[in-house]
Amino acid sequence: MNSDTIAAIATAMSPSGIGIIRISGEDALPVIDRIYRSKYGHKKLSLCESHTIHYGYIYDDNEMVDEVMVLLMKAPHSYTKEDTVEIDCHGGVYVMKKILETVIKHGARPAEPGEFTKRAFLNGRIDLTQAESVIDVINAKNEFALKSSLSQLQGAVLVDIRKIRADILHEIAFIESALDDPEHISLDNYPQTLHNTVDNLVIKIDKILKTFENGRFLKEGINTVIVGKPNAGKSSLLNILVGEERAIVTEIAGTTRDVLEEQINLNGITLNVMDTAGIRDTEDVVEKIGVDRARTYASKADLVIYVIDASTELDESDYEIMDLLQDKKAIVLLNKSDLDTKVTVEEVQHILDKKIIPISAKEHQGIDELEETIRNMFFQGEVTFNDEVYAINMRQKTSLQVALDHLHQVTQSIEDDMPEDFYSIDLMGAYEELGKIIGEAVEDDLVDEIFSKFCMGK
Amino acid sequence: MGKKNIPYIEETYDVVVVGAGHAGCEAALACARLGLETMMFTVSVDSIALMPCNPNIGGSSKGHLVREIDALGGEMGKNIDKTFIQSKMLNKSKGPAVHSLRAQADKAEYTKEMRKTLQNTDHLSIRQAEVAEILTNKDQFFPEDEYHEGEEQKITGVRTVSGGVYRCKAVVLCTGTYLRARCLTGEMITHTGPNGLSAANHLTDSLVAHGIQTRRFKTGTPARVDKRSLDFSKMEEQFGDERVVPFSFTTNPEDVQIEQASCWLTYTNETTHEIIRNNLDRSPIYAGIIEGTGPRYCPSIEDKVVKFADKNRHQIFIEPEGLSTNEMYVGGMSSSLPEDVQHEMYRTLPGLEHVKIVRNAYAIEYDCIDANNLYASLEFKAMKGLFSGGQFNGSSGYEEAACQGLIAGINAAMEIKGRDPLILDRSEAYIGVLIDDLVTKKNREPYRMMTSRAEYRLLLRQDNADLRLTKKGYEIGLISQERYDWVCKKEELIKKEIERVNEVKLGANARVQNVLEQYGSIPLHTGTTLSDLIRRPELDYDKLAEIDTDRPDLPAEVTEQVNILIKYDGYISRQIKQVEKFKKLEKKKLPEKFDYNEISGLRIEAQQKLNEFQPLNIGQASRISGVTPADISVLLVYLEQLKYSNPDLFFKLNPDEHKEKQE
Repeated sequence: MNSDTIAAIATAMSPSGIGIIRISGEDALPVIDRIYRSKYGHKKLSLCESHTIHYGYIYDDNEMVDEVMVLLMKAPHSYTKEDTVEIDCHGGVYVMKKILETVIKHGARPAEPGEFTKRAFLNGRIDLTQAESVIDVINAKNEFALKSSLSQLQGAVLVDIRKIRADILHEIAFIESALDDPEHISLDNYPQTLHNTVDNLVIKIDKILKTFENGRFLKEGINTVIVGKPNAGKSSLLNILVGEERAIVTEIAGTTRDVLEEQINLNGITLNVMDTAGIRDTEDVVEKIGVDRARTYASKADLVIYVIDASTELDESDYEIMDLLQDKKAIVLLNKSDLDTKVTVEEVQHILDKKIIPISAKEHQGIDELEETIRNMFFQGEVTFNDEVYAINMRQKTSLQVALDHLHQVTQSIEDDMPEDFYSIDLMGAYEELGKIIGEAVEDDLVDEIFSKFCMGK
Repeated sequence: MGKKNIPYIEETYDVVVVGAGHAGCEAALACARLGLETMMFTVSVDSIALMPCNPNIGGSSKGHLVREIDALGGEMGKNIDKTFIQSKMLNKSKGPAVHSLRAQADKAEYTKEMRKTLQNTDHLSIRQAEVAEILTNKDQFFPEDEYHEGEEQKITGVRTVSGGVYRCKAVVLCTGTYLRARCLTGEMITHTGPNGLSAANHLTDSLVAHGIQTRRFKTGTPARVDKRSLDFSKMEEQFGDERVVPFSFTTNPEDVQIEQASCWLTYTNETTHEIIRNNLDRSPIYAGIIEGTGPRYCPSIEDKVVKFADKNRHQIFIEPEGLSTNEMYVGGMSSSLPEDVQHEMYRTLPGLEHVKIVRNAYAIEYDCIDANNLYASLEFKAMKGLFSGGQFNGSSGYEEAACQGLIAGINAAMEIKGRDPLILDRSEAYIGVLIDDLVTKKNREPYRMMTSRAEYRLLLRQDNADLRLTKKGYEIGLISQERYDWVCKKEELIKKEIERVNEVKLGANARVQNVLEQYGSIPLHTGTTLSDLIRRPELDYDKLAEIDTDRPDLPAEVTEQVNILIKYDGYISRQIKQVEKFKKLEKKKLPEKFDYNEISGLRIEAQQKLNEFQPLNIGQASRISGVTPADISVLLVYLEQLKYSNPDLFFKLNPDEHKEKQE
């Protein structure tokens, strides 16, 4: 076996009964040894037989995380043909995340898109007929990761990380130019300057980690869009969902000043309500806007909430919207049920076979049923969100953490009076790691920086 | 290809080396020493191993290259040890990985000494002639040549301007800066090679006719001035090291403790810069007359003044060209400005007020290739038997040239002998980094080695080049049994001594505390090991001799390694881990001449890049710009899939796996 150790949540990121965290690689057993405690005393799982299951607890140092069952599969008798450990825990999203974070803290790294499958294939576990699908998985997940990070990182984070990288690169270039041309460029008194610079960079990265909810750049939740004709009551509905005490609204930091999405937490289920500005700001004067919004967002959403004004007859726009929603996960709300209704549940059901709930946004009627419906859909797995989002966040957070560790190592080396050429090793490590977050490779950055900023001799 | 009716001479060799510069010399020596009949062509026998630019060998990271050349059985290190007039270990205050030797050479002696070595090497012939054409089986010049359309061409020989025909199995092109060379000093343009030597104006056409694309690079050199016209009292004297370290592992250190010559330091000033700025329109580069791309790392003084306008002075080193000449090299002031401007600007430097210029500074333009057309063996992808090394491959510098010449020569010989090529990877040698960069990366300027290009530089130190490469040189056949045995012994001694030092326990007694105090080190509270003390920044292996009572008597080259390996073991073991990771990808071989369009999962850009570069292995593929980690995953999956879809190819790429299967 010759691979590093990867980990990921193997079950859907939904609050189902049970969650599984899978670890694979040469350190899978040492990692579980570090975080597992049996009920009595200290059972060492690495010494236990393969294909056995063990009851116990996951501990992050001295803090108990969850009560778990741990399944051991030693190489080559596992999916990846590597040492594999599966931790079965309680199915809460929070618990699963916490355990994965613990696993990563103690020596694994977050798996790349499709990496378990890739390993299974490369280690001869999956046969030829599945090769194409392995490639598809890798490509699809990567494409998603790429698109998400690009679309999400266009704001302040991107600017911050680019700036930090530029600063790091400048320092490396200075050290390296002095090493290459010691007779022209001197490093006298430089270590102290570098120490200050690195201290500042550490503060900046720390801030990013904290600001972005523990380094989560992507929002984890069910992408939800509320559609409907003008004056159907979308805005009132949103206000109810957002405005209730139990709901939490977060502005999405790092994006533009316009709040394009709002997060609503319904008893532990997070909805990302998309294009709230489109609901709130526009007066929807033009009829077509309702249809256009539906067309634009329905394809991106995990869940569509379609609001019909039941006090007026269905018209061409409604039919168009309903047509768009045929293959979507959708809930139809017949609003204004307190008024004289012109649209019946049966009538809509006939055209669009979805859950239909009569509500009155004005009277707060039917809202409980809506929430109940969403919860049920989620628990029954009818709506989910892309697990990859969480995986991406995990990888990015790990990269920030690793970059931070490298910078700490730089200050340590300075304090230990190590020669200057050692500093650039860790500075480069930090630079590369931050590059992973924003999807930039190293290429010839350094050589270009050296030549453009420092006058070399000869 | 006519002219067959005119009588001509015809000779047969195994290898023909074109050019006798630093690359050509190493290539020819390697081939001849490996027993192959070798012919080396040069436009002038008097210009063998000529140093047309700076009078030194080595320097940061270049010193590493020389050491590696030496460990593989090359000549450069030995030659400079015999002919240097000053030597310095650069970066001595920094970590061991960036220590680098640089010696001032007596240029005339360097050339003479190398010529003597070449002329006394068996199987090696030298001929003063300009090679005008390469001959391949496609030309069907020789009656037995066969060629079928679409086939790869194969080298069959070369032809000189005078019509002489030389049959051979391999050609190593080391044409340096001579191909269609053009020298520029302001408005004055001459069609000559360096130092006024004649350019080689025919070969490019033949290469192009054989499908090899060329491009234009440029470089430059400063003026040489008469020592007697300088006032050294206005400059700072620069001495060599008190104790000189030789380049070659075979040189007895006592033999290089010579009386050394001095270099001198002076500076440009605002007046100098003013003159340059006022005459920029007369610089061929700024006037757009030069088409070639120049190197950023040795900019002309014009470039420095323009690009770093905020600097009010630049360092200028005045270096002797040798002991038997009064010429001195004005380091840091290369230029292509016209003669009259040079005359004026050099005279603004303190100490050069009355300077007499012996040779003008000039820029030189020449034809070279994009080394992306080569395999890492330095053989052309499109022509079997054609190898190339040195500045012709788009590099710059004597040392860069020499190491490529050595590798190209070795691999020409290996091919003729039917053996695997010598390919050093990025974790084994600076040479490996250099060649990998040349053949996989886009190089837009003459390539110079830099320590920052070596990602595993803690392992690629100049002090351990012998430990890294001597065995490879021995396997190739360029290293003697005696040298090989010593390296094996040395490894053993280092290993044992490290084990011993790790075990030596020291108590907090007065004798230990005294020594610690002597070096300003914090006293011990409890016992510790000797290696822990060695790790302290203010201490080292040698300083602790007094309290290490059972220390065996070991050669300095052994204790140096022990000290470094213990002192920096944290970082070193980290890099070793990275190397292990890197090696995994380097080991995964890719098929030769493969059509990557067949792999549908790859992105189009990746397909194009991979088709263009034809990387040897996954590691190399991953370094090609435009190939993403996802593409690499797809390649890995594809390779594995070959086991079922194309087992023949799979087991050819993975010979080890084949063995396992048979067992």
